[in-house]
Amino acid sequence: MGKKLLLANDHIPGIQSYEVYRSNGGYQSVEKALKNLKPEDIVEEVKKSGLRGRGGAGFPTGMKWSFLAKPEGVPRYLVCNADESEPGTFKDRYLMSRIPHLLVEGMITSSYALGANTSYIYIRGEYYYVAQILEKAIAEAYQNGWLGQNILGTGYHLDLYVQVGGGAYICGEETALLESLEGKRGNPRIKPPFPAIAGLYGCPTVVNNVETIAAVVPIVNEGGDSYAAIGIGKSTGTKLISASGHIKKPGVYEIEMGITVEEFIYSDEYCGGILNDKKLKAVVAGGSSVPILPADKILTTPTGEKRLMSYESLAEGGFASGTMLGSGGFIVMDENTSIVENLYTFTRFYHHESCGQCSPCREGTAWMEKLLHKILDGHGTLADVDLLWEIQSKIEGNTICPLGDAAAWPVASAIRHFRAEFESFVGSSTAKHAIH
Amino acid sequence: MEKKEIKFSENVLELIQKMKGHYPAGKQKSALLPVLHLAQAEFDGWLSPEVMDYVASLLDIQPIEVYEVASFYSMYNLKPVGKCLLEVCRTSSCWLRGANEIVAHLENKLGIKEGETTPDGLFTLKTVECLGSCGTAPMLMCGAQFHENLTSEKVDELIAKLKAENTRKTYLDQVEVNQY
Repeated sequence: MGKKLLLANDHIPGIQSYEVYRSNGGYQSVEKALKNLKPEDIVEEVKKSGLRGRGGAGFPTGMKWSFLAKPEGVPRYLVCNADESEPGTFKDRYLMSRIPHLLVEGMITSSYALGANTSYIYIRGEYYYVAQILEKAIAEAYQNGWLGQNILGTGYHLDLYVQVGGGAYICGEETALLESLEGKRGNPRIKPPFPAIAGLYGCPTVVNNVETIAAVVPIVNEGGDSYAAIGIGKSTGTKLISASGHIKKPGVYEIEMGITVEEFIYSDEYCGGILNDKKLKAVVAGGSSVPILPADKILTTPTGEKRLMSYESLAEGGFASGTMLGSGGFIVMDENTSIVENLYTFTRFYHHESCGQCSPCREGTAWMEKLLHKILDGHGTLADVDLLWEIQSKIEGNTICPLGDAAAWPVASAIRHFRAEFESFVGSSTAKHAIH
Repeated sequence: MEKKEIKFSENVLELIQKMKGHYPAGKQKSALLPVLHLAQAEFDGWLSPEVMDYVASLLDIQPIEVYEVASFYSMYNLKPVGKCLLEVCRTSSCWLRGANEIVAHLENKLGIKEGETTPDGLFTLKTVECLGSCGTAPMLMCGAQFHENLTSEKVDELIAKLKAENTRKTYLDQVEVNQY
């Protein structure tokens, strides 16, 4: 049984409520932080912990915090990114709806560390019911003196608000999120300036994922070193993995980083093996954006070692034979899965979600969707597969935000590892698929 | 569709007033997305140009600022929809677990195609991209409620229930939280 830091109390009945959460050690990190620690001490602990952004990019959180500008007389903001929309990812929804106070507690402790007096949780509109759960938790935190004026008599004050989005994947990109929070279309901003200098309303802002902020609670409680002792190498601590697809036990699992991919897929503690005991064909390990890998490559590294659930091990081999941990959206496909049809659902997704600001992404995603539809319909040619490769290569690296790369990588990796499957559709009169 | 005066109820107006206080002075435009959700729930499930103009006046912004936002985000309906908007996810994980079959079953059962509304105005069928319910796929959302681990039988039960209730579902509804 691996160590659990975020979901340790998940099994406790009523943990959603303030009383039960508090009586199980809840809000201790706020007490410790506000009474015993200076804001810079907390930043130091987070740096020591090695915590990396859990939304997908994996950027060191302590470093991101230390970039925050602190000009006199200008407010600073902490914004929680709860716009979880990466296909295959549902861990934040799980965490927020099951243990809402953990996020509220993490927001208070982190806001104090950053010197923010107003903070927001920006949550995707489709999670409206989760927003209601958070609102209730926040109201309870106000009633019990954890939010508002003069918290714990220390003079520190914080207001925390939930902001609901309107349904747009792009708002998970931090500058698009800030635009949206300002009541605008979610068009990503050109960087620099980074939000740490000019973010919300032009003020210094930190944007962190839900799981990242929740992880600050055990880091403050037990110390950065203790957090860093868990995991492997630069992949410290635990990670929430959203497991879905053709497995016996889909769900959210908190793992200690460093367990093998094989254990994660086949052990009864986690996915429980492939549905109906079929063979494993492929895995998308970190949400739709990361390269898909065939069974042999996801289970073993290029040097023949067992691949581990960590940032480094999953990336081993580069894009030729590796992938990324990303958001931890782990999608498993059995031997009967059509890689091309699955890719079509991804590409349609990126076309739908492109904000339209950059031509390579706006036009490229539409073109790729059209070509995949043509191939699946049995009207494609071998040249279309080459064209698909060509288009994705021209999107990658040529857009303001990473959505372009995210749309390109699944296409590139599917062709790289499963080219024969694309070609099998060419000239096939029986290729007609049930495409919606 | 019944003719309604375009004005929020008193409690919603109060809520909007409170919401404006979440942001610094002069940044009340920040309330636009949440207010559009309220407007959609209050005014028959969609945003007419008149409703959007009303929202603009409430937030003291130009109507175009509302139109450009309402047309950007996928949850805002710019045309009338049925009382029950059935939003079926069909991205990867849902597709792997049978989302296309759920869509086909619904089309068959309701006698409409994706994107259409039943003649009685009760159901609109829409396919959507990932709603973050991949571990409980396939799924659909109706109002704020997620309906997960769907089968044809569960869909039949749901349709029967929604027909019996015959009420408009909105994203703001209080819902039961499903176990994972």
